[in-house]
Amino acid sequence: MPKGGNRIARLRESSILNRQSSIPMPWTRKHLLDLESLSKAEIVELLDTAASFKEVSGRSVKKVPALRGRVVVNLFFEASTRTSNSFALAAKRLSADTMSFSSSGSSVSKGETLIDTAKNIEAMGVDAFVIRHSAPGAPHFLARHTNCSVLNAGDGSHEHPTQGLLDIFTIREKLGKVAGLTVSILGDIRHSRVARSNAHGLRKLGARVILAGPPTLVPPAIGAALGVEVSHDIDAVVEQSDVLNCLRIQFERKAGRFFPGVREYAAIYGLTEERMKRAKAAAIIMHPGPINRGIELTPELADGPRSVILEQVSNGLAVRMAALYLCLGVRISQV
Amino acid sequence: MSILTLTHGRLFDPSRRLDRQADVLIDRAAGVIKAIGKNLKAPAGAEVLDCTDLLVCPGFLDIHVHFREPGYTSKETIATGSAAAVHGGFTTVVTQPNTDPPLDNASAIAYQYLQAQNAGMARVYPMGCITKGRAGEDLAELGLLARAGAVGFTDDGDCVRSSFLMRSALEYARSLGKVVVEHCEDHDLSNGAILHEGRVSAALGINGYPSAAEEIVVARDIRLAKLANARLHVQHISAKGSVALVREAKRRGVKVSTEVAPHHLLLTAECCRDFDANFKMNPPLREESDLEACLEGLADGSIDCFASDHAPHTTEEKSQEFIHAPNGVIGLETNIGVLLTHLVHKQRLSLKRFVEAWTSAAARIFDLPGGSLKVGGPADLTILDLDLRWQVDAARFRSKARNCPFAGWHLKGAPAYTIVGGRIFEAIGRTMRETGAPKPKAKAKARTR
Repeated sequence: MPKGGNRIARLRESSILNRQSSIPMPWTRKHLLDLESLSKAEIVELLDTAASFKEVSGRSVKKVPALRGRVVVNLFFEASTRTSNSFALAAKRLSADTMSFSSSGSSVSKGETLIDTAKNIEAMGVDAFVIRHSAPGAPHFLARHTNCSVLNAGDGSHEHPTQGLLDIFTIREKLGKVAGLTVSILGDIRHSRVARSNAHGLRKLGARVILAGPPTLVPPAIGAALGVEVSHDIDAVVEQSDVLNCLRIQFERKAGRFFPGVREYAAIYGLTEERMKRAKAAAIIMHPGPINRGIELTPELADGPRSVILEQVSNGLAVRMAALYLCLGVRISQV
Repeated sequence: MSILTLTHGRLFDPSRRLDRQADVLIDRAAGVIKAIGKNLKAPAGAEVLDCTDLLVCPGFLDIHVHFREPGYTSKETIATGSAAAVHGGFTTVVTQPNTDPPLDNASAIAYQYLQAQNAGMARVYPMGCITKGRAGEDLAELGLLARAGAVGFTDDGDCVRSSFLMRSALEYARSLGKVVVEHCEDHDLSNGAILHEGRVSAALGINGYPSAAEEIVVARDIRLAKLANARLHVQHISAKGSVALVREAKRRGVKVSTEVAPHHLLLTAECCRDFDANFKMNPPLREESDLEACLEGLADGSIDCFASDHAPHTTEEKSQEFIHAPNGVIGLETNIGVLLTHLVHKQRLSLKRFVEAWTSAAARIFDLPGGSLKVGGPADLTILDLDLRWQVDAARFRSKARNCPFAGWHLKGAPAYTIVGGRIFEAIGRTMRETGAPKPKAKAKARTR
């Protein structure tokens, strides 16, 4: 029996995954590297699986045995709090064993290459790498050179697929659909992996996507590259949007070279209460965090009724459980 | 007297408007061509190389290679580079001075000549640095470098940032009769970027290197060459705008020349989508319109010649994250095959222009001997098998390096023999045939055009 068939059979029987949908599309991927290469059906399957796992988080015993005996390693070469913890907790809720590895205090500081580092950890009997790295394509590179599942937790300014998925999950949950919505992503598009993953995923699900920010923070060819609209007029964008996803100005990537200053940025490109008066009644505000309060987003909005920022974080857990489950599940012949 | 006779070949030399069946008699002791003609009488005991169905050309020159010695001999040495040259059909190469230490003094130039002589294969002509230590601050000893045999000056890999210094180099080199050779890049604008600025860089989230960063320096240097009334050679041209600038400058009589690499004629930035560092080089792969412009420039003479920018790196160095892997790809052993297949056989470039751009046009830039088939001239010849079908297998290269963007390509046409000063070397078209080319599996992913 093909592996996919086995897995679907298990899914049907599983009491954990009390899914509403009929037979899911068979997920055959071993890795989650980016949203650009996923089909609409694959994205929907990820979101539906995440919806099933979200129920688990509401129980008193928040744990299922799906990945018992599997080992998931967090390989974080860049600072992260919420993503690394979210992945670690997701793995634990699936009963996987977890290890974490960060570049400080590791052999990387002794000049070891990424391949050697990964192969050495793999030799301990590891099933999945969750990698965050400053180099675009580092997860793809790891996928080529090791036999483990690889999940991209952010590669430079390229993609951050689980963040894209959790944003889409949140939109779908709050607004009931994705197709036909206008979703605007505001701010430092140039340096944003979140913008790229969101744009690919949202487009595939039929949303209209606008990337908006200062011209210096929106690369000239990105509209054509991602098949989205580009704008530099925040007021016009606010009026049309169902979702406003504010990005963090990435000062650590020298974003300050691209605009005159924080005060000007907040005035011209920041999301403020005044500006939100033009917004649709049901429009929601999102932010992938961490927030530069008072720069891209005022504290009043971040904590206000339109904000779904903390729900994004909760949903992140369910999405990452789904991603780990699907990617690792492919290779499990029996539970 | 030891004589080598090349019989029944089709002699092809655009510089002498030569295209006919003829034999060539070579005096091996003197390393010169003794006679050219129909049915030449070879003396008894002469060695004969049957060139039936082969194209006998002047020796090909690749005027832009990195042989990495001294300093980076794990990537390539003058011996392995020379072996790759003759295996790839090249009798002559011009080496770049970005070694460690750089070739900024006379003894370093002498050392390269010595190592080339020890290797005893291709003719190797080194260039010297423009500035001391390639640091871009003070002029290197250009006069002493020239005396030691440097055929030109360049800080390749880095642009001469100071316009004042570049002007000085051009004026000073003029008195030496040497050409100043520029890696045209506005480093401030390119900002360390490694991917052409466009859709691919935007999609991958990698800083883009806009064509303007090349064009700005091409424009500046053309003005400076005019001001200094000196010879300028623009290396590895890649951008549409640069081709237009050179074309226009030539029309105005500025002494400027330029070269183009096969990868800048056949590959675009799309090749980088999989983060494969074997498609990473500087200048970067650009867009379809740039490819078209370069080919047009080549056909109309705005671009003088080909050059591979053969840049060997170890597999370990290239097996890093895309943004951390070093720039550069090798080309010596694929130059002829890929261009014959995708330009000449597809009738996008004439055979005449193809041969000219690897021979007389290349030799002219550095006033090198060769590039023509002349009685009394050096017996440097490249003999091509235009119809040989083969597949690129980097494992069979004589270069130390494997960073080849054309690996796996199915090609038509290859060098069969390379003759340097009367000595015959089997080229890739013959060594492939002997060892048996690997069976073609699936259709190769030829990411051209």
